[in-house]
Amino acid sequence: MGGGIGLNHFLLLSLIIFSLGMVCVLTRRNAIGILMGVELILNSANINYLAFAHYGGAKYDGQVFAIFVIMLAAAEAVIGLAVVLAIYQNFKTIDVDATETLSG
Amino acid sequence: MDHPVSITVARYIVLLPLIGATINFLAGSWLQKTFGKRAISFVGCGVVVLAFILAVRTFFAMLAMAPENRFLLDDLWRWIDVGGLNLEVAFWLDPLSMVMTLIITGIGGLIHIYSTGYMHDDESYWRFFGWLNLFTFAMLVLVLGDNLWLMFVGWEGVGLCSFALIGFWYKVLANTTAGNKAFIVNRVGDWAFVIALYSLFMALGNVGHPTLVTREIAKYAPLLAGMPGYLGMTMVTFVTLLMFAGATGKSAQIPLYVWLPDAMAGPTPVSALIHAATMVTAGIYMVARLNFLFSMAPATMTVVAVVGGLTALFAATVGIAQNDIKKVLAYSTVSQLGYMFAAVGVGAYAAGVFHLMTHAFFKACLFLGSGSVIHAMGGEQDMRKMGALRHKMPITFITFLAATLAISGVPPFAGFMSKDEIIWQAFAHGHTVVWALLLIGAAITVFYMFRQVYMTFFGEFRGTHEQEHHLHESPPSMAYVLIVLGALSVVGGLVKIPDFIATYKPFEEFLEPVFASGPTRAVMEAGIHSHSLEAAFGFVTFTMVVLGWLAADFMYRQQTVDPERFSQAFGGVVYEWVLNKYYVDELYDFAVVRPYQASCRALAWIDANIIDGIVNLAAALTVLGAWLSGLFDAYIVDGLVNAASLVTLDVGGRLRRLQTGSINGYLYGILAAVMVILLVRAMLHA
Repeated sequence: MGGGIGLNHFLLLSLIIFSLGMVCVLTRRNAIGILMGVELILNSANINYLAFAHYGGAKYDGQVFAIFVIMLAAAEAVIGLAVVLAIYQNFKTIDVDATETLSG
Repeated sequence: MDHPVSITVARYIVLLPLIGATINFLAGSWLQKTFGKRAISFVGCGVVVLAFILAVRTFFAMLAMAPENRFLLDDLWRWIDVGGLNLEVAFWLDPLSMVMTLIITGIGGLIHIYSTGYMHDDESYWRFFGWLNLFTFAMLVLVLGDNLWLMFVGWEGVGLCSFALIGFWYKVLANTTAGNKAFIVNRVGDWAFVIALYSLFMALGNVGHPTLVTREIAKYAPLLAGMPGYLGMTMVTFVTLLMFAGATGKSAQIPLYVWLPDAMAGPTPVSALIHAATMVTAGIYMVARLNFLFSMAPATMTVVAVVGGLTALFAATVGIAQNDIKKVLAYSTVSQLGYMFAAVGVGAYAAGVFHLMTHAFFKACLFLGSGSVIHAMGGEQDMRKMGALRHKMPITFITFLAATLAISGVPPFAGFMSKDEIIWQAFAHGHTVVWALLLIGAAITVFYMFRQVYMTFFGEFRGTHEQEHHLHESPPSMAYVLIVLGALSVVGGLVKIPDFIATYKPFEEFLEPVFASGPTRAVMEAGIHSHSLEAAFGFVTFTMVVLGWLAADFMYRQQTVDPERFSQAFGGVVYEWVLNKYYVDELYDFAVVRPYQASCRALAWIDANIIDGIVNLAAALTVLGAWLSGLFDAYIVDGLVNAASLVTLDVGGRLRRLQTGSINGYLYGILAAVMVILLVRAMLHA
C-alpha cells in the first residue's frame, strides 16, 4: 500500500459521503431531499463493503452485500417516493414540517 | 292330574268380561250418547251372559269326563321367567274353579241384568257397567289362575274394582271414604298374603321345587312337612296363617271385617255383587283351593275355625240392632262368611264351598230385594220408615221371604242344606266351642232376618205420604232376576241332602277330586260318623231356628212383646254397644286411624319446619354467598381490570409526548442513540 491508494482512503471517502448524507437527511425539509440523503448513506455503506471486500480476506461477500443494498435502495426509493406522492396528495406540499399531525 | 287336559274355552270365559269392560270404558260414553243406554246394557250384560253360557257348556263337558280327569288347563303364554320362577298365564278349570266360575258368571250375570233396571236413571251408566265387567273379569282371573301369582292379580283386581264401585257415587264424601276404607283394609290383608306367597316360594325352593303353580304346590307340599318356619311355627303353619290373614281382609272376618258394612255406600247391585258372587268369597275359595296346605297345619285350621265361629256370632249380634235395611244384610254376610270359614276350618271344605254357593243364591236375592225396596221407597234405607210393603210389592216380598227362609236354615230351603251341615260338621270334628258359637249365631240370624222382614213388609206403613203414593213393584228386569234368585234359594240346596235324610250328594262328589290329597282326606274323614247323632243335632239346630223366629214374631209382628224392654235392659248399655257395632270402628279410629293421622301431622310439621328450614337455610346461604361473590367481583376483579387500564392510560399519556411527528426530530434521536451506543462500547472496550 505504499504511496498508492489504500483502504483508508476508501474509508475516508465513505465517511465523507456518509456525513454528507447524514447532514442532508437531518437538515432538509423537502421529503425528496431526505430520500436523496438516505441514498447517499446507503452508497457510503456500499463503498465500505467493496473496500473491505477488495482489501479483506473475504472473496465476494462484499460485492454480494453491495448488490443487496442496491436492490434494497431501489425498493426503498419506490416506497419512499410513493409515500411522498401520497403526502403530496394530502397536504399539497412535500415539506416534512407540514406533516407533524402525527404528533402525540 | 299330572297331565291336565288342554282346552281353550277358559280364556274366552275370562276374556269376555274384559272385552265388555274395554268397550264400556273406551267407547261407553259415546255409545250411550249415540245409541242410548240400551247399547250399554247389551254389551255389559251380553258378555257376562255369554261367559255364563260357555261356562255351562264346559260344565256339562266336564260332567261327561271321568272324575279323575276333570282337570282342564288353558295355557296362554309364558308370563314370568326369572331364575327359578316360571309362571304362565294359564287358566285352570277343575271342579272347584268350575263351581266358582258358574257362580260368578251366573249370579254376576243376573246382577248385571238387574242393574239395567236399578241404575237406569244414572248418568254414568256406562262407567257402572265398565266397572261391573272389570270386577267380573278380575274375579274370574282370581279363581281360574293356575298359579298363586295370577290369582293374586285377580285378588288385587277385585280390590281395585270394589274401591271404584263402592265409591261410585263419588260426589258424596261418605261414599268415597267407604271406598277408601275398603281398599285400605284390604291392603292390610294383601300384605300378609304376599308375604305368605314369598315364604311359600322360598320354602319350596329350599326343597328343590321353586314354584307357585297351584297343582305343583299340591304335589310338592308334603316335602314341607316338619320344616321349621318363623316365630316358632312350622313353615306350613306360618304360611297358612298369613294366607288366612289375607283371607280375613278379602272375606271380611275378624279383625278386618270393618270395611264390608261400610261398603253399603255403593249402589245396591254392587253390594250384591261384592257380597254374593265375588270378592268376599275369594278368601273361602283360596282356603279351599289350598286345602292340601291348610290340612297340614292343624294350628291354622283351629284358628280359622275359631275366627269363623266368633265372626259368625259377633256379626249376627250386631245385625240385631241395625235399622238400615242394607246394614242388616251386610252384617249377615259377615256372619255367613264366618260359617264358611268355620266349615273349612274344621275340615269340611266341601260344606264351606257348598254354603258359599247357596249363600250366593240367597244373599244376592236378599240384596237385590232390598234394592228393589229402596228403589220403590225413593232411596230410603231406614226400616223404621217402611212397613206393609207386601201388598204393593208382592214379587219382591215373596222372593225376599224365600231367601230369608233360606238364610234362616229352614228345610228344605237352600240354606238349610248347607248351614245345618256346617253346624253338624263343627261338632263332628270335635270343635264343640265353634259348634256352640254357630248354633247361637243361627238363632240370632233367624231373629234379625225376620225382624227385617216384619219391619219392612208387615205392619203399617211408616213413611211419608209421598213415598206411599210412589210405591210400586220394580220393573221386569229387576223382578225377573228376583224370581230366578228366589227359585234358586228354594231349590239350590238340593244338590246335597243331609246324610241322615238320604244319601244324595252330587255336589260333594263333584268336588271330591279337588280334596283328594292325603292330609285333606285325613282331616275330612276324621270325627264322628253317626246318622242318628246328626239327625239329633239337626233337630237341635232347627229348634234354635224356631226359637229365633218366635222371638222375632212376638216382637215385630204380633207386637205382644215390646223390643224396648230388651233394649232398655241393663240401663240400655248393652243395646247402645250393639247398636254402635261394639264401637269397633271407634276403636280402630282411636288405635289406628288417629295415631296414623297424628304421625302424618307430625311428619308434616317436620317437613314444613325442619326439612323446609334446612332448604330455606341453604337458599339463604346461597344468597349470602352470591352477594359476597358479587362484592368480590365488583371491587376486586373489576378493580384489577380498571387499575390495569388506568395505568396503561397514564403511561400512554406520558409516552405520547415523545411522538412529535417531526421526522427530523426522530432522526436526531436515532443519531444521538447511535452515538451513545458507540460511546458506551468504546468505554467498555477501553
